[in-house]
Amino acid sequence: MIKALKTVLPFAVVAIVIAGFTSTAKAEVDGEVQYIFNTLSFMFHGVLVFWMAAGFAMLETGLVRSKNTTMQLLKNISLFSVAAIMYFIVGYNLMYDGVDAGFMGSFSLWGQPAGEADGPFEAGGYSAASDWFFQMVFVAATASIVSGTLAERIKLWPFLIFVVVLTGFIYPIQGAWQWGGGWLSEMGFSDFAGSTIVHSVGGWAALAGAIILGPRLGKYGKDGKVNPMPGANLPLATIGTFILWMGWFGFNGGSQLALGTGADAIAITNIYINTNTAAAGGVIAAMIMTQVMFKKVDLTMALNGALAGLVSITAAPDTPSLLAALGIGAVGGVLVVIFVPLLDKLKIDDVVGAISVHLVAGIWGTLAVPLTNGDASFATQAIGIVSIGAFVFIASAVVWMILKVTVGIRVDEEAEQVGLDRAELAMEAYPEFGKGSQTL
Amino acid sequence: MKMIMAVIKPFKLEEVREALTPLGIEGMTVSEVKGFGRQKGQAEIYRGAEYQVNFLPKVKIEIACVDDLVEQVVETIQKTAMTGKIGDGKVFVCALDKAVRIRTGETDAEAL
Repeated sequence: MIKALKTVLPFAVVAIVIAGFTSTAKAEVDGEVQYIFNTLSFMFHGVLVFWMAAGFAMLETGLVRSKNTTMQLLKNISLFSVAAIMYFIVGYNLMYDGVDAGFMGSFSLWGQPAGEADGPFEAGGYSAASDWFFQMVFVAATASIVSGTLAERIKLWPFLIFVVVLTGFIYPIQGAWQWGGGWLSEMGFSDFAGSTIVHSVGGWAALAGAIILGPRLGKYGKDGKVNPMPGANLPLATIGTFILWMGWFGFNGGSQLALGTGADAIAITNIYINTNTAAAGGVIAAMIMTQVMFKKVDLTMALNGALAGLVSITAAPDTPSLLAALGIGAVGGVLVVIFVPLLDKLKIDDVVGAISVHLVAGIWGTLAVPLTNGDASFATQAIGIVSIGAFVFIASAVVWMILKVTVGIRVDEEAEQVGLDRAELAMEAYPEFGKGSQTL
Repeated sequence: MKMIMAVIKPFKLEEVREALTPLGIEGMTVSEVKGFGRQKGQAEIYRGAEYQVNFLPKVKIEIACVDDLVEQVVETIQKTAMTGKIGDGKVFVCALDKAVRIRTGETDAEAL
């Protein structure tokens, strides 16, 4: 009896102490504490979104043939770096500085506001650099989408020039319309974490590129036959998808833009579980669709389904119930399985399915916002989708055309057949082992 | 001396090796190969598009052996590599003019 008491007693004491603390801790949260928590939210959610760059790199590398492995890895790390530099040089201020319900901000370098460290540190505030960091990693996600679609045939440097324009100008300008407080946000457009602003934008840029660049050699036969070019490494593609799924908690959760209050904490955790459930719905929907349509479950489509579910919920991860989130994600998964073969019929060669995932599911997610958010309207959502789509598609097409007629965007036939690793980089991904990179 | 060359299903390799060693086979060379026979290829599907895999993976075994053993070896391979389903492979026997053990310089039967 006494022995039992001895084991229970410490727990009882701890419980009483905790109860005492919680009852006295209901005082108002200090403004500076809120400032710190808001900043912290941008920091760790930003790191999660940064990690999505690794997810894109692995997904894309897994879905290209092994002769293009090194090039795909190089494009992923270089596009991230270009995005980071361009967003500093011009992007952030073009998106956020003095947009004033208009069409764009200012052409200027981003800099830390003078005297920021002197305070005051207000309840809704956060450090300017944490915001810059969080917004910067989003731009890189947009550019990653493009590299997947155009893989295995585009030249390195012209691709990076396009990324300069996309991350420095195209993305920030349309971002200013909504997130910078421009005309679209005045109108009441709603895109919480960027189904349209981040994902569809990447998808439109990729679509323009894919049409102008053309399909990979031998992808489409004369009689309209589609010749599959299976990805070299499905384990990499799968871990890439898991990394993206993980990063998405930062992408959507961090877009609450605050963690200073209990209400913010509840909002972010709701966003987490909605995001997660939408992804799960996308996977299962894509699996069922492929089983029914092709009589076999396709892993790569299940991976695309996860991402489509995530893109779909991104426009409104905060308002749906879990059940609604499941439905929104599942529709995304269904759309992917319909659109991947459809794009092939149109001879638009999208190596990783990025157009179906990011553009199509992005449009769906943006249109679905009014289903769970009474403040949004279908008409305004449609205006946002069409205006951003038209701007990004046309601007991208112009840049791609200029690059095509000046420096050229496509490697020559022999380089494509040999693989970009050997032809463009003279560096194989697996020089010492594995027969993949050494076979014709 | 003869060179026995067998193309078999990859998962049968260990079974064939185990069946051959008791016969006194002192060595074999194994390679992963691809090819087609009556089985032809098989259809696979990737992202909704079907395609034909025309060359299927097989394992090729090469065994150099003295004439006395040839019949036994061929029969053993045929029996152990058989599943009864299409694609079990083939065994070929060719003449072997000379063999040299590099370490010692021994030749022919002594080198095997």
